[in-house]
Amino acid sequence: MSDATTLAAPPRPRAFRAATEESPAVRRGLILIAVAGLAILVFAPLIVVFAEALAKGAVAAVKSLQSKDALSAIRLTLLIAAISVPLNAVFGIAAAWFITKFDFRGKAFLITLIDLPFSVSPVVAGLCIVFMFGANSLAGGWLVAQGFPIVFALPGIVLATVFVTFPFVARELIPVMIEQGRAEEEAALTLGASGWRVFRTVTLPNIRWALLYGVLLCNARAMGEFGAVAVVSGKIRGQTATMPITIEMQYNEYLSVAAFSLAAVLTLLALVTLLLKTILEIRHADEIAATRRH
Amino acid sequence: MHIEIDEISKQFGSTAALTPVSLNLPSGALVALLGPSGSGKTTLLRILGGLEYPTSGRILFDGQDATGLTVQQRRAGFVFQSYALFRHMTVFENIAYGLRARPRATRPPKAEIARRVQKLLELIQLPQIGARYPNQLSGGQRQRVALARALAIEPRMLLLDEPFGALDAKVRKELRQGLRDIHDETGLTTVFVAHDQEEAMELADLVVVMSMGRIEQIGKPADIRARPASDFVRNFITA
Repeated sequence: MSDATTLAAPPRPRAFRAATEESPAVRRGLILIAVAGLAILVFAPLIVVFAEALAKGAVAAVKSLQSKDALSAIRLTLLIAAISVPLNAVFGIAAAWFITKFDFRGKAFLITLIDLPFSVSPVVAGLCIVFMFGANSLAGGWLVAQGFPIVFALPGIVLATVFVTFPFVARELIPVMIEQGRAEEEAALTLGASGWRVFRTVTLPNIRWALLYGVLLCNARAMGEFGAVAVVSGKIRGQTATMPITIEMQYNEYLSVAAFSLAAVLTLLALVTLLLKTILEIRHADEIAATRRH
Repeated sequence: MHIEIDEISKQFGSTAALTPVSLNLPSGALVALLGPSGSGKTTLLRILGGLEYPTSGRILFDGQDATGLTVQQRRAGFVFQSYALFRHMTVFENIAYGLRARPRATRPPKAEIARRVQKLLELIQLPQIGARYPNQLSGGQRQRVALARALAIEPRMLLLDEPFGALDAKVRKELRQGLRDIHDETGLTTVFVAHDQEEAMELADLVVVMSMGRIEQIGKPADIRARPASDFVRNFITA
């Protein structure tokens, strides 16, 4: 009978593995690729920046940072971030609020519009600002006559930076606010809270982590923006040259230590932001977990 | 409070969520709005609570026109379908929210707020959970906290959207009795939305059967069972 053959010696099972788990060889291969990728794309450039900055010793690096141009560049970059980031935080919250809490015609179009700065080359954005507010344009000519130039001055750089970094906060907030829905806000309204109170006590606390990430990303990009700022700033040394632009100019002039020292400072600023974010996450881990959807 | 719904209709774009409906809810009644999804029962509840405005028609509270009252002015204790507890606040803060949101002149002092919250926690028979967060509660506990939060504002009526929808059968039975007790104790006019006919029939004094934005029948559960007004009602209550 055929029964006998089916009952006889079942095939030995191979080592058990979860259905979603790959074989050890594949796993090791994937890990190796990931580590190699990280090393080449992330760690190597970081190390190079600091190594080049310190190539002629720490004294030379510090001294180059104390030059008038470097100090002015650092001050300008911090100032621009300090203006652009709060502006974009407010714009981002407003845009995300509007998109997620109301239904209206043209919503998809508005979302696409918010993404525009991601898809438009920063250089093009910079050229648009020059075209609109340059001394030869109608608005620009009048503004220059009033002693308030936009292009080749601080307002132009801020405009360019705000444009380029606009999507970061809104992009972080929109999915979070869609996921959370309107129920909690409606509940607060039925309990007698005013619109502003609802925003302050319900909406804002619920989005604060997404807001923080958005602001940090926005800040990183605001400090590092090159293309748009290069076009609108005119690269005037000591006046409109931001850190990235000063770095480029110094590098082109073979001032390798100076360029890399400034680059190291810019990198450090980014690393400090990341560190801050991580510390906040660790310190408020319980709270973050508690505010997840229940 | 006596609630009168006078020829209320609601359009969402080109679709009619409510064709003109009229309804008289006597003061202190426990009313169920019963119907399948899309019958307009939640829309009607939200119009009562001021979360939605009717396209036409009037709402009267104790004979006074309340159609134009804002959601804050309605003072309706609203329990949402998924409870909508504030997830970043403790249970205590959730229940205290409505009292703290009052203008300074009518806001009770801190100690009084704490006393009232504690009293409400005892009313829902969960006196110990004030310090917990919503995600540390079971479904049934959340529902009761949402009820306490709605009661904290000393509402003029209680509106509940599918209050038992997200709960398992055993907890449902318990909470049904809980809602009945709280209703009897407070004497508030209470309206709840249900799609489960057994729930509506067992709990409510007055059942409003709805379908496709219309009211099919209004009556006491026993009357509806004995004399269904239409084929739809007959099919729905025997389903």
